[in-house]
Amino acid sequence: MVTAVAIVRMKDLFAVVMLLGLYGLLSASFFVAMDAVDVAFTEAAVGAGISTLLMLVVITMTGRREKAKRHKPLLALFIVIITGGLLIYGTLDMPYFGSADAPNHNHVAPRYINDSMKEIGIPNIVTSVLASYRAFDTFGEVVVIFTAGIGVLALLSVTRRPEDDDDIASHNDSMHERHLVIRIVAKMLIPFILLFALYVQFHGDFGPGGGFQAGVIFAAAIILYAMLFGLSAARKAINQAFVQLIAAIGVLLYGCVGIVSMLNGGDFFDYNVLASDPVAGQHLGILLIEWGVGCTVAAVMIIIFFNFAGRREMQQHSGDKSTQNQESP
Amino acid sequence: MLMGLFNNWIVVVLMMIGLYIVIAHGNLIKKIVGLAIFQTSVFIFYISLAKIDGGTAPILSDNYTLYSNPLPHVLILTAIVVGIATTALGLALVVRIKEAYDSIEEEDIQRQDNLPQDNQVQDSQLLTKNETENKA
Amino acid sequence: MIAHLPVLQVIVPLMAAPICLLLKRAQLVWLFSLITSGLAFLISILLLQQVMATGVISYELGGWQAPWGIEYRIDKLNAFLLLIISAISTIVLFAAQTSIEKEIPKSKHTLFYVLYLLSLTGMLGIVATGDAFNVFVFLEISSLSAYALIALGKDRRALWAAYQYLIMGTIGATFILIGIGLMYQMTGTLNMVDLSQRLPEVAQTRTVFAAFGFVIVGVCLKLALFPLHLWLPNSYAYAPSIVTAFFAATATKVAVYLLIRFTFSVFGVSFSFTTIPLQTLFMALGLVGIFVASTAAIYQKNIKLLFAYSSIAQIGYMIVGFSMATVTGLTATLLHMFNHALMKSAIFLALAAIVYRLGNVQLSSFHGLGRQMPLTMAAIVIGGLSLIGVPLTVGFVSKWYLLMAIIEQGWWPVAVLILLGSLLAVIYVWRIVEVAYFKEPLANQTPVKEAPLFFLIPIWILIIANIYFGIDTRLSVQVAQSAAMTLFGVTP
Repeated sequence: MVTAVAIVRMKDLFAVVMLLGLYGLLSASFFVAMDAVDVAFTEAAVGAGISTLLMLVVITMTGRREKAKRHKPLLALFIVIITGGLLIYGTLDMPYFGSADAPNHNHVAPRYINDSMKEIGIPNIVTSVLASYRAFDTFGEVVVIFTAGIGVLALLSVTRRPEDDDDIASHNDSMHERHLVIRIVAKMLIPFILLFALYVQFHGDFGPGGGFQAGVIFAAAIILYAMLFGLSAARKAINQAFVQLIAAIGVLLYGCVGIVSMLNGGDFFDYNVLASDPVAGQHLGILLIEWGVGCTVAAVMIIIFFNFAGRREMQQHSGDKSTQNQESP
Repeated sequence: MLMGLFNNWIVVVLMMIGLYIVIAHGNLIKKIVGLAIFQTSVFIFYISLAKIDGGTAPILSDNYTLYSNPLPHVLILTAIVVGIATTALGLALVVRIKEAYDSIEEEDIQRQDNLPQDNQVQDSQLLTKNETENKA
Repeated sequence: MIAHLPVLQVIVPLMAAPICLLLKRAQLVWLFSLITSGLAFLISILLLQQVMATGVISYELGGWQAPWGIEYRIDKLNAFLLLIISAISTIVLFAAQTSIEKEIPKSKHTLFYVLYLLSLTGMLGIVATGDAFNVFVFLEISSLSAYALIALGKDRRALWAAYQYLIMGTIGATFILIGIGLMYQMTGTLNMVDLSQRLPEVAQTRTVFAAFGFVIVGVCLKLALFPLHLWLPNSYAYAPSIVTAFFAATATKVAVYLLIRFTFSVFGVSFSFTTIPLQTLFMALGLVGIFVASTAAIYQKNIKLLFAYSSIAQIGYMIVGFSMATVTGLTATLLHMFNHALMKSAIFLALAAIVYRLGNVQLSSFHGLGRQMPLTMAAIVIGGLSLIGVPLTVGFVSKWYLLMAIIEQGWWPVAVLILLGSLLAVIYVWRIVEVAYFKEPLANQTPVKEAPLFFLIPIWILIIANIYFGIDTRLSVQVAQSAAMTLFGVTP
């Protein structure tokens, strides 16, 4: 909470973003304390990691300081007091924190805990619920992240001309020469990070992990490479059109699992009909959709980062060109 | 009794701080930050209602019998992803706004929009950066 | 295949969206989207027929029984809405390729269609589902694609409008999430039917009141109820014209649907209206919305802004009908959802055609337009007559039912206010008619041709529908009335 208050008062946006990252990390540790390990994992990767990164990139384009005047604090206070009041009013009748006989623990949840081993056969109950019982929600979630990726593409993508590309590439090379140590260390680390991502992807059934976290970690490795070696080099390694293809395929893969279920006589996303043994069918279904999730999440994170950074490059580049034109007689 | 509710109240205060930032501050990025705080505190709320005293993380194992409720965890995983999607899109808009208005303070933008220009001129001649780039 | 219709309704456009990304040529993408939307429309017709004949359809996703799995639940109310959304989507798409040629850079055309299909998916998903959290997920799909679509507008104010919408929309969605969480905490379930069964036990707790409050406020943000309507005018005015044509007819209807669904089917009529003074509050807000928005419309020089304010006023009518809490009142609201969709999409499509020819929609450019673009202007006139509520148009039908509902309850002052609202609509429609037909073109205006066929065909399909359903009201009234009665628990 201290971090939240600090964010309110600070004007230096860089500090604000760092504090937000800290807030995210603290939330993640809170989640661990609350036994929500999958959530903690995701919050740490996404909230503390990607969020902070994106905001930093944006600040480099928009400026570090916030203007002094804070307008309409009264309206804000008014709304906040009413909303907060309503919420607190609502909490007065809530079940106590941690109590085992709260209504929400006794209705839908017990089946998940007691029967999921029999029906689905994997230890991580969160994955069972996410990937099977409520698979359609997760499908929607993949579509949400896909939509965001397309939205960012629609807003920020720039058409690059080959001459610009070479200009920028040489500019980047000269800049990065100075960071030799980091580059070497990164080159060694990146394969491990990628491997870790794969581990998380597969291990999601047994421990915290799964498609989302794996996708984010995979993307992080690529982004690390891009940050240290320059976007142009990263682009040559991973083609933009290819990444968009992967994003689309992830969603389609997920959906096709559902369609195959329908064709085999079950309902949409009924994994029991995917194989001769229902539990094996569940495993297969979960494996495939988690792959779909991992693909799309990784691809979209990469698309988002590349587009933000690419826009920034173009801005700087056109800024440089105009100063060049002014200088030469 | 108060201790049981104390946890919920902290969450409420966090939410309200987030909401306050969104409405009161004029800087567009600060607003998005406020939104993120608001959303994250909602997650904390959901997760705290999943916890059972003496329970453990909902991963089946022979050593434990009491598990915390997995359903809110699933919901929040989805909500976190939705949150980052919104943040990313919001930030993309901020970048474009900065290019078009050369500022990311709400009052500057509103001032520019209300300038007494001929509305007809504005509509037909104002192009966003995208189009000029594509034409060039 | 028939059994899977409920899920196919949403899956068809959903899967089509990434496929669009893989197709390369813009013309092909347009055709593909049009076919997809058409398929969705067909499915919705089949679903409506089935529901009217056999009653509620329930579909278990994943084969898991609700409430452990997610359920799609189609009854008369949402079948009606699925029809409206997919029909409008298909008709509007017909004109889309021509319209965006001049409004969106070529490189973004494919992305436009992907976002459009995603938006369609989101809306269909919100309407079809019977699970509260699923609503939230698809709400975000439709919202995010909406923000991006609006931001594709040419004017830089589109960016600012999209940002404001994003902020307000996300607050609304988060409120809904809070409400769902509170409901879950007290009942342990997310399935709407299950919730409706378990909420009465805990209905007197303050937590449930708070839950209700948050859900309702969140939904009202999305439906642009006064005073939470601030995001709408700019978003509709500066988005690409074809986007406005689509959203004006669908997005707010979906939010009204959510309002109805949560108050009637989840929380229950008695809780929503008697325990909480929702009736007076919403009637008041609805009426204020009608007057403030209609008055604002009169002063607008930008015609798109004018009709955007008009939309807010029309939503006010829907809310008044809703607040009556009677079968006739609800019938009026449902009818108006259908009718307003027909009216507004026709008008905004016509405006899109005008933008295509003229480049802007300032009132000053409309001088003499009646002679230069006769078919397009005629469409706007008939649409305007529908808005006012002239007999023989659909607008008259909904106003009639609304007045009947009010008079049933004996609230004569309110009836008078409704009629006054129509008078205001006369004023702003007349302004356009006067300029277009009775003024000569200005000196610096270049003459323009009539709109291309790609616009005229969909516009006139909608206008003829306006008149047809205004005269032969059997279909729309039967469905609306039947749906309203089911919601009240009265067997038709």
